[in-house]
Amino acid sequence: MIDLELTEDHIALQNTVREFVKGEVEPYIKEWDEKQHFERSIFGKMGELGLLGVCIPEEYGGAGFDYISLGLVCEELEACDTFLRVVMSVHVGLNSLTLLTWGSEQQKQKYLAPQARGEKLATFGLTEPNAGSDVIGMRSTARRDGDDWILNGEKMWISLGNTADHFLFFCWTDEEKMKVRDHSGLSCFIVERSMEGFSSGTLHGKMGIRAGDTGYFSLQDVRVPAENMVGKEGEGFKIAMFSLENGRYTVASGATGVIRASRDASIAYANTREVQGRTIANFQLVKQKIAEMEADYEMCRLLWLKAGWLKNEGLSSTRAASLAKWQATVRSEKAASMAIEVHGANGYTNDYPVERYLRNCKAAVIYEGTRDIHTLMQADWALGLKKEPSARVSLPAYKVKGA
Amino acid sequence: MKIIVLMKQVANKDAVLRINGDETWIDESGVSMQTNESDGYALEEALRMKEAIGDGEVIVCTLGKASAKTVIKDALARGADRAIHIVAENDNELSPFQVASAIAAAVKDEEADLMFAGLQSDDASYGQTGVVLAEMLGIPHATIVIEIDRESAGENLRVKRELESGWYQWFEYDLPALFTIQSGISQIRYASLKGIMAAKKKEIREVIPEIEAFAAGQKIKRVYLPLKTKQTQMLGNGDAKAGAVELVQKLKDEVRVL
Repeated sequence: MIDLELTEDHIALQNTVREFVKGEVEPYIKEWDEKQHFERSIFGKMGELGLLGVCIPEEYGGAGFDYISLGLVCEELEACDTFLRVVMSVHVGLNSLTLLTWGSEQQKQKYLAPQARGEKLATFGLTEPNAGSDVIGMRSTARRDGDDWILNGEKMWISLGNTADHFLFFCWTDEEKMKVRDHSGLSCFIVERSMEGFSSGTLHGKMGIRAGDTGYFSLQDVRVPAENMVGKEGEGFKIAMFSLENGRYTVASGATGVIRASRDASIAYANTREVQGRTIANFQLVKQKIAEMEADYEMCRLLWLKAGWLKNEGLSSTRAASLAKWQATVRSEKAASMAIEVHGANGYTNDYPVERYLRNCKAAVIYEGTRDIHTLMQADWALGLKKEPSARVSLPAYKVKGA
Repeated sequence: MKIIVLMKQVANKDAVLRINGDETWIDESGVSMQTNESDGYALEEALRMKEAIGDGEVIVCTLGKASAKTVIKDALARGADRAIHIVAENDNELSPFQVASAIAAAVKDEEADLMFAGLQSDDASYGQTGVVLAEMLGIPHATIVIEIDRESAGENLRVKRELESGWYQWFEYDLPALFTIQSGISQIRYASLKGIMAAKKKEIREVIPEIEAFAAGQKIKRVYLPLKTKQTQMLGNGDAKAGAVELVQKLKDEVRVL
């Protein structure tokens, strides 16, 4: 049965996030964005609330909410600023849900539980300076040495790259397969910032998400024990695709928040700005923009809710998450751009938040599968040219307490 | 220490309000509701008191419609231990005396050491419920409390009241006592996700009140939105200097802002 009504837990969670954002971020975000200030203490507060483990089961230190709750948190956070949602994408979507699904019991206790409790921040290292959409173009490697692996490589465009404590690191463990671009030669490891040979930095000069930390990290002969390999040797590509599916879900719900924020800012402005003796809400072309934002918001919300429902049921959401991510990000860019036009010249300045929405939302059109990649994937699925990926394990369905 | 906090559900501050059909209250259908602002601060004071003492119980008491459960659950998620819900679908028709009577009947057996209420509700703004309740229970009360000396808590308690023009006064009260709390005196904690989960297991005792009709003594005759009116007066008759003099006179004598 599909029930589109939010539960009491969902509404309570939504209220908590709204209140938190209103009290802790909204008053400062303009300044943080302007000064490119990364306020790390926010993540400590998010951890205290339990947001960093929202959909991780309580036995692994999480809050035990469902996957729709993860989407709700992302939508609320990004309706304020993208940098807040980004932490949910990398820490929960890309890293923690991967450990929950693919990790050994020991990895879950050692890494997942402190992440879910918000004591440690985690991120994900797949992209490299010369390998984005072309995942198997990566150059990072791991070499076996007794009971350990020696890791080398550089990862780029890593959210929380200069902040996180734990990293998932994807690399080649089979040199022969690397030469012939056979992705079954890729593996995944857990790396800690404190390991010898680890270094990281922050990237500057970004168009948007200027209150966030986007960086890089580099591993030079980093020795990790074999028990830090996630899944089995050669499963790296499947793990990466699994992780991206969850990351896309968080990006989709977050981008839906941008559409909502653009709509709400436009409505507030249109109802107060007077031109020719009446508010601009009376002008038909302003109405058209608001109507489009309303339609886009409702459509994108339904798309991510469907993906969330599939996750709750333990069903594959690869196609649904891709569609939601593609549509929500593209429409968020359109909504933010229209919101600036509703605001006129005022919208072009940072006296109003809408120009920040436009600068922020562009990144999400590019990462976690570009607009072009998703367009091609959706066509291929529709044409029967692409199959849903099969994997040894899948995201655990949400278990209702006492059920 | 057993602390009871009175909390009320009111319309959301940002909600667009419409008047109901018989013009006796706002039309609450489709309006999002929230906890009365000063009641939130009253709860925060209760939770801080319990934490300072290291022991005790915080009980939320709400008189209101079935939908007021949301306010109760929110308070439980923030840390209250249990709740009493006095179910009254016609709560907006009740006078402070009727509300206080119903609360007094519901809480008298609790024998609380301390009671907190918000200073006043954001909708009816009577500011009387806490005061009348204290009288009914035969305990002392103070209003517009802005600080509580938690270290003084024992058989008595020191509280700071807000007076006019930046003046304050400290009082010492014998316990049990009731205090009505001013808004904005602290940072209210958020409901954590663990708190939201834990709230589901906490007790909400429902009470069906017996409210005597004659006790009202008052009735809402008509509720209406403020009427916007505009009057234009031309000053100075074309002479800017004379207009300025007239304007200053009016600001002094009529508007009284100078």
